[in-house]
Amino acid sequence: MVEQTLRYRDDAAVTDPAVSLSAFAEQSNAVAVRIEPGEDARALLPQLDRIALVEVNFPAYTDGRGYSAARILREHGYAGELRAVGDVLVDQLSHMRRCGFDSFAPNQPINADAAARAFATWPEVYQKTVDGRPAIWAKRHAL
Amino acid sequence: MKIITGNDLRTGDVIWWTGQGWSRLVDDAVEVGDDADAIIARENARQIVTDTQVIDAERSAEGVRPAHIKDRIRALGPTVRMDLSLKPADPEAAKWVI
Amino acid sequence: MYQYDSYDQAMVDARVAEFRDQVERRLAGEITEDQFKPLRLKNGLYLQLHAYMLRVAIPYGTLNSRQMRMLGDIADKYDRGYGHFTTRQNIQYNWIKLADAPDILADLASVEMHAIQTSGNCIRNTTSDQFAGAAADELVDPRPYAELLRQWSTFHPEFDYLPRKFKIAIIGSDTDRAAMKLHDIGIQLVRNDAGEIGCRFYVGGGMGRTPMIAPVIGDFVPPLQMISYLEACLRVYNRYGRRDNKYKARIKILVHEIGADEYRRQVQEEFAHILTLGLEPPPAELERIKGFFEQPGFETGLPDDIDLSDPDFALWVDQNTHAHKQPGYAIVTISLKPVGGIPGDASADQIRLMADLALDHSFDELRVTHAQNIVLPHVKKADLYAIWQKLDAAGLANANLDLIGDIIACPGLDYCALANARSIPVAQKISQRFADIGRQRELGELKLKISGCINACGHHHAGHIGILGVDRKGVENYQLLLGGSEGADTSLGTITGPGFNEDGIVDAVETATNVYLAQRTDGERFVDTFRRIGMAPFKEAIYG
Repeated sequence: MVEQTLRYRDDAAVTDPAVSLSAFAEQSNAVAVRIEPGEDARALLPQLDRIALVEVNFPAYTDGRGYSAARILREHGYAGELRAVGDVLVDQLSHMRRCGFDSFAPNQPINADAAARAFATWPEVYQKTVDGRPAIWAKRHAL
Repeated sequence: MKIITGNDLRTGDVIWWTGQGWSRLVDDAVEVGDDADAIIARENARQIVTDTQVIDAERSAEGVRPAHIKDRIRALGPTVRMDLSLKPADPEAAKWVI
Repeated sequence: MYQYDSYDQAMVDARVAEFRDQVERRLAGEITEDQFKPLRLKNGLYLQLHAYMLRVAIPYGTLNSRQMRMLGDIADKYDRGYGHFTTRQNIQYNWIKLADAPDILADLASVEMHAIQTSGNCIRNTTSDQFAGAAADELVDPRPYAELLRQWSTFHPEFDYLPRKFKIAIIGSDTDRAAMKLHDIGIQLVRNDAGEIGCRFYVGGGMGRTPMIAPVIGDFVPPLQMISYLEACLRVYNRYGRRDNKYKARIKILVHEIGADEYRRQVQEEFAHILTLGLEPPPAELERIKGFFEQPGFETGLPDDIDLSDPDFALWVDQNTHAHKQPGYAIVTISLKPVGGIPGDASADQIRLMADLALDHSFDELRVTHAQNIVLPHVKKADLYAIWQKLDAAGLANANLDLIGDIIACPGLDYCALANARSIPVAQKISQRFADIGRQRELGELKLKISGCINACGHHHAGHIGILGVDRKGVENYQLLLGGSEGADTSLGTITGPGFNEDGIVDAVETATNVYLAQRTDGERFVDTFRRIGMAPFKEAIYG
């Protein structure tokens, strides 16, 4: 299946296929891994340095576990590509970006302009998270 | 008999499949028999109706009466605000629901 | 009360624009109902029995006259002239057109209101004590914390697709007027032995199919770590709450299944990690918000006594007013439970009248209670008579607060697609049976709550008398529960036995009250007598 990928990174894309979490544990040279909703992203923490791509699967967009997985990885310093794959609609893009995703491989292609508009939905944000945007409270108090 | 009901996508009004289109009056509902799934699929695709369902009903000389009280309430209006129902002038209308 | 700055306004305006775009895409057929439904739910727009229903948020139940007036105007302009105040301090409109919804949200945004996250599997409206900032027994005004919570929970990117809905309540007194322990998270602001204020977190309460009282998970969280602790609680739930079964997906099931100790341990771990991230708003932000909740300019030296020579007025003062912390003032509760009326409903004219009364007599402030009444929090005792006369003329002066006539009822099968039975007609019949105010006062405090289905939006588990409507082979049937309570002495009601039809349940309620009258000892409320004598005498009398 050809997936359209929206990618918001400057570096070169990883071409290795993403292996499952259990396979990753056994392949010391794998650089790309895919985690499922029920899997613990913290299992990757010891290996963060060698990972270039983490795919987080969203079999159904209503299953929000992937948002926590992404944010946890970024909170622990993961700097590689973090990709949301699967049932991803344009309406989720903004929150996903705020949780640390920087690429998206949706089942149904998303128009790049629509994606850009989606990312611009919120001129301000109430919470501090991993995307570097200052929260409204930080702006109010010049932090 | 089996009839089809839904809500108008734009207005939310309760509507009933008449065989040609959609009506707000349950008495206009027609028996759909085995065609229900095909009708629902086709009508959903037109994007004018939402929450389409097949339900049981009976036809008598008085008209069409859905089998379940929930659908009768949908057909007429809230029993506690009959002034807002489809038959505000009829003091006996709520009895049809129950 | 809180006023938006340009940042807050930008947020609600952005939401209106986003939803307008989503509605246009839906009406143009670009997205399916399956794709659209979770999106419209996040803006409180349901499809109910007769039309779309819009649930507007009233954050922690507080609003001003301009906002209240807008709610009345929306009822006239877009609905059918009335609104329904809910058990979560929100308001619902029952006859909304999808095509109008974006305009309604725009009108709301113009008065700093919204319908954000009033439905869907996300964090809902945070509720609080309707007497906050006014009650004589208050330790700390919870509303600044509730506002901090509102902002933190709004469009939270990690918690927008939780296993299920998430409801938070926060109080600042020992008297729990918000049913706090029956929420997913209940927060009580407390003072420790060193005199410091802290947040006691109760996590895992709820009603519905499996009612549970929340255990204490965080005994004393410093207020300046409240947000971090909330992040931890929500993250553990988002990651480990059940997603396999809609009826087992609330956090109460998670806490129950892994145990409170294990849940607390996981939260502690996550909390320790989150504290390193600097997510907490600075102390200056809480102080900024507190600035909006300072005491109004109360007058001093006001008369404290009231002329009670009008007996109806005297009854109303006795039942529907509460002690205010400021001498010369009182807290007024306006009953939306007229005899034989629809609990919680108010016409557009009534809504506008209440707005005017707030502007003229209550420092421009109103509250919505989870018992579906309206509060004017700061009223001069000297003004009470004039206010009562206006309320009386508008059918809003029923002196039945916390009496059997002060019924909580969900909309039920007359309105709600989830319901199994109608709840409002039962409420009306009970209200009429007990219409005599002398009889109600004789019975004393008696919280009667009716739900039209197991989802328990009428809080029937927490009623001194609770009624649950069920579908018994296509016929409406009603179960009777006794002994529930929502306050600091939270308890869950016990079912009496087989159910009844509509007339039967009214009779059964009356029988139960007769047992109470026959058996009570001095000072006992209905629920106290039930707790003392148990179910047996009631069961005997009801079923023979």
